[in-house]
Amino acid sequence: MNTDQEPILVCKDLCISYYTRAGEIPAVVDFSLTVLPGETIGIVGESGCGKSTVAMAIMQHMGANGGIKSGSITFKGRDLTQLSDDELRNIRGSEVAMIYQEPFASLNPSLKISTQLMEVPLAHEDISTEEARKRALQMLGDVKLPDPERIMEAYPHQLSGGQQQRVVIAMGLLSNPSLLLLDEPTTALDVTVEAGIVKLVADISKKYGTSQIYISHNLGLILETCDRVFVMYSGEVVEEGTINSLFTWPRHPYTHGLFACIPLPTADKHAAPLKPIRGQLPLPFERPQGCYYHPRCDHFKEGLCDVDHFKMEHVVDSAPDHRVRCLRYKEIDIRLQTGEGEKKEALELGERVLNVDKMKKYYEVRDNSLKALISGKRIRYVKANEELNFTAHEGETVAIVGESGCGKSTFAKVLMGLEKGTEGEVRHLGKDISDIAVRDRSPKEIASLQMVFQNPFDTLNPSHSIGGQISRVIKKFGVESDKAKIFNRVMKLLDIVKLPRDFYFRKPRQLSGGQKQRIGIARAFAGNPSMVIADEPVSALDVSVAAAVTELLMDIQREHKTTLLFISHDLSVVRYLSDRIVVMYLGHILERGTTEQIFAPPYQPYTEALLSAVPIADPEVTKREIVLEGNLPSAMKPPKGCPFCTRCHRRIGEICDNEPPPEQVVTDRHVIKCHISLEELKQVEHVIHVPDEAERLHARQSQ
Amino acid sequence: MVTLIAKRFGFMVFTMIVVSLILFILLETDLTGDPAIRVLGQFSNEEQRELWREKHGYNQPMLLRYVKWLGNFATGDLGESIRFKGPVADVMLPRLWNTAILGFWTFAIMIPLSLTLGVLSGMKEGSKLDRSISVFGILTTSVPEFASAVIFSALFVFTLKWLPGTSSMSGGFEFKQLILPALVLIVYDFGYVARMTRASMAEVMTSQYIRTAILKGLPYKSVIVKHALRNALIAPFTVIMLQINWLLSGVIVVEFFFAYKGFGALILEASLNNDIALLEACAMVAVCVAVTTQTLADIGYTFLNPRIRFS
Ligand SMILES: Nc1ncnc2c1ncn2[C@@H]1O[C@H](COP(=O)(O)OP(=O)(O)OP(=O)(O)O)[C@@H](O)[C@H]1O
Ligand code: SF4
Ligand code: SF4
Ligand SMILES: [Mg+2]
Repeated sequence: MNTDQEPILVCKDLCISYYTRAGEIPAVVDFSLTVLPGETIGIVGESGCGKSTVAMAIMQHMGANGGIKSGSITFKGRDLTQLSDDELRNIRGSEVAMIYQEPFASLNPSLKISTQLMEVPLAHEDISTEEARKRALQMLGDVKLPDPERIMEAYPHQLSGGQQQRVVIAMGLLSNPSLLLLDEPTTALDVTVEAGIVKLVADISKKYGTSQIYISHNLGLILETCDRVFVMYSGEVVEEGTINSLFTWPRHPYTHGLFACIPLPTADKHAAPLKPIRGQLPLPFERPQGCYYHPRCDHFKEGLCDVDHFKMEHVVDSAPDHRVRCLRYKEIDIRLQTGEGEKKEALELGERVLNVDKMKKYYEVRDNSLKALISGKRIRYVKANEELNFTAHEGETVAIVGESGCGKSTFAKVLMGLEKGTEGEVRHLGKDISDIAVRDRSPKEIASLQMVFQNPFDTLNPSHSIGGQISRVIKKFGVESDKAKIFNRVMKLLDIVKLPRDFYFRKPRQLSGGQKQRIGIARAFAGNPSMVIADEPVSALDVSVAAAVTELLMDIQREHKTTLLFISHDLSVVRYLSDRIVVMYLGHILERGTTEQIFAPPYQPYTEALLSAVPIADPEVTKREIVLEGNLPSAMKPPKGCPFCTRCHRRIGEICDNEPPPEQVVTDRHVIKCHISLEELKQVEHVIHVPDEAERLHARQSQ
Repeated sequence: MVTLIAKRFGFMVFTMIVVSLILFILLETDLTGDPAIRVLGQFSNEEQRELWREKHGYNQPMLLRYVKWLGNFATGDLGESIRFKGPVADVMLPRLWNTAILGFWTFAIMIPLSLTLGVLSGMKEGSKLDRSISVFGILTTSVPEFASAVIFSALFVFTLKWLPGTSSMSGGFEFKQLILPALVLIVYDFGYVARMTRASMAEVMTSQYIRTAILKGLPYKSVIVKHALRNALIAPFTVIMLQINWLLSGVIVVEFFFAYKGFGALILEASLNNDIALLEACAMVAVCVAVTTQTLADIGYTFLNPRIRFS
């Protein structure tokens, strides 16, 4: 990249508004950006800060109610805002292409992939159908899809999420655009699949010299993909700079706040607790006076920050393109504060609360195809959980990690009594509960085993007040029966989850996502549970909200000595808060051990790949790259031998395909399932390399 | 796909048998009154009734009678109509044919019209065209058939004197006589199908894959024709299939009003005159058509929807 090249895209002083019945919504105010040829630009920020709005404005597709109020978008010297529909049509898809968050929704369900791919060059270039077909095939190969011929003839629903996204990327690249917009392209995908897509995107920009704008809320991903980054807050850029300058020394308090919200796989809960940003993003029509960030800023100074709105300025003593929108950035040295938050005590381990012994759960499915009718094999089994073995103690946080479909939620359902285990035992406080349905459990048993769900929106009754809903739970569990006492208990629970007491009278629709999740937590803790299962409790929430909810969950757990079973696909969060980790793949536990054991060799090969796939927002941390090929096999037809054999990068041969791997005990409670010997696995290097203090200093000085 | 068709077909046969059983129990047994009284009337004496029973085999065991009855049905022997004094088949077939003609013309005009307008208004939700079509659709659907029949007659028959007021076709088939009943039906059903199409089209137009198609830089025409239409027409297709039922037996009012000799009017006459054999045959035909269209709708839906087709 060199600076004297003509920029591909220049957005200058963009103001974008939506017009609704309630009035004008100024979604983006004053946004500027330049993209050079071959460069990848990242845009980060909380949900609602206007990232997608900017992307749609560049595509000039604002919907019926959106419009660019002022400013210009110049693409290769032409102002896009001034172009006619026909001129726009010629640019879209051929010069500027876009990749979307939900690959399935963005493909037409009733057209074959071939049709959807071929129409791109056919619409923009004067070529024959055969030529277009050849190109589409070639491109499918380029995005690393196996068997392009078969993919061409498929319909979108016949492909996995990762394959769909590769198809969408291929579609975007078919006419060799000079600019590619990617709006959260991996949010809907699993981590290992995400890692593959991220690598693909990086390769593309190298191979084709395509400039990219990469929108994401995940700082780690931005670090891995981009050259320069723009941090957006409430419709404007608050800091911009190269990855290097911005990630090593973020100057804006908001940027720093974002970093403090995400757990790094190098930190744990006892040493460096997450620090959520207080408050919320202001609505576009309620922006405060002066600095938009001031109500949430720790460095706010009255009479200075809340007076006038001001422009971006160049950061003194940093790279020439490092700019920031803060009046006090020179006085505040954020770097000094990292890792300084209050330390929290680790909890003593208590008695064994949960003992899972050879638990199996098979789902029966009826196969109604003609073939099955003839062969008589009408009933087949989905082996959702295959011989699970593990234990959890009082006050311990056990994380179950694995990609979608690995059987995490099935296990949670068996625990909760929503499904019955097929075989084996699940002992909670000494009693086997694997085949007792919820309605057969006593209120006390139900109260002592509670759950926090992924989606706070579905679990609250919209027509009852919050207080009423929590009171009902308390009554049902038989914790209290006296009206006044119940009321007091609700108040106390609201205090515990750090919500104002007058939320008692609110209805669920008056709450934000994070607040709803807090109510979900309050409900789970209403009956003093001995164990709480949290199924992806924060994955639907924004970074800063997620940090707050995570911290809250842990504080309550610490205080009540609750056993927490944390189900997640996000290894950074898991590393951050759990004491022990169980790694699942296709219904099997492939490795289990303490967090330190999991994060250090010997690794089970799948764990190794999973670790390598975690995006880390720290430029000084290096990772060994392992990209998995292929897709998760279907749970109906799992491989005969090791479940991971179809994708394993360390596969040693036939034995992996044909024989289930043995459980190898490394030390007490650290178990690896693999055919490779422990000695050999111990030779493997660390996946994540964290420089120690001396190395860090050295790196900084030589910069 | 083959399994699906086989299954739907099996289900169809099953439904028909169940319906036939219900019909048989209701009309041919003593459960809802003596059939002999129903046929011969209140004032017949016991002797006459016994003779009638003997003659028509009503003294045989129930099951045997049912099997025989079903067998006759299946081989096309539908019995004798009391009212029309002749084989039921001879009475019913021309009536069915008439209804088919009326239905054909109604559909031939109503479907292209409502699909086109529905698609046009769904394409640009909230536009002037959309709003006028919606209002017009609601208006026409909310006026009942008999009211519009009266209004149209007043206009075209009595004021303008362009069209004949009855459609009995007594002097042979005359296209002119078909216009008014068809017009009433078209006007009534148009709004329903058009609004269905509009809703479906509007939903498709806000979907993400349409956005993808637009941002690929495809010509607008191809976005609509290639990407939107096929998905948007799935829902109306099912609705249209179900309209066939309605045209068969739900249009009694219109047929009666214009004295059109259709199937609906025949059902009315049969039931007014206790013509049991005719009634049974009509009911069986109606059910048969209902089940068939339902099956076709299901199969068509699956066919239009690859997501279901290949799973
Ligand atoms: N069609 C619309 N009509 C009215 N307001 C809208 C519309 N689309 C977006 N907004 C508002 O504009 C602001 C910016 O939205 P935008 O979708 O650009 O945010 P984002 O940064 O992409 O968020 P996310 O991370 O959730 O995708 C928000 O306040 C949003 O509520
Ligand atoms: S201008 Fe003031 S309130 Fe705004 S970010 Fe800087 S220090 Fe904080
Ligand atoms: S058993 Fe084989 S396939 Fe499975 S993880 Fe070990 S090396 Fe890989
Ligand atoms: Mg967005």
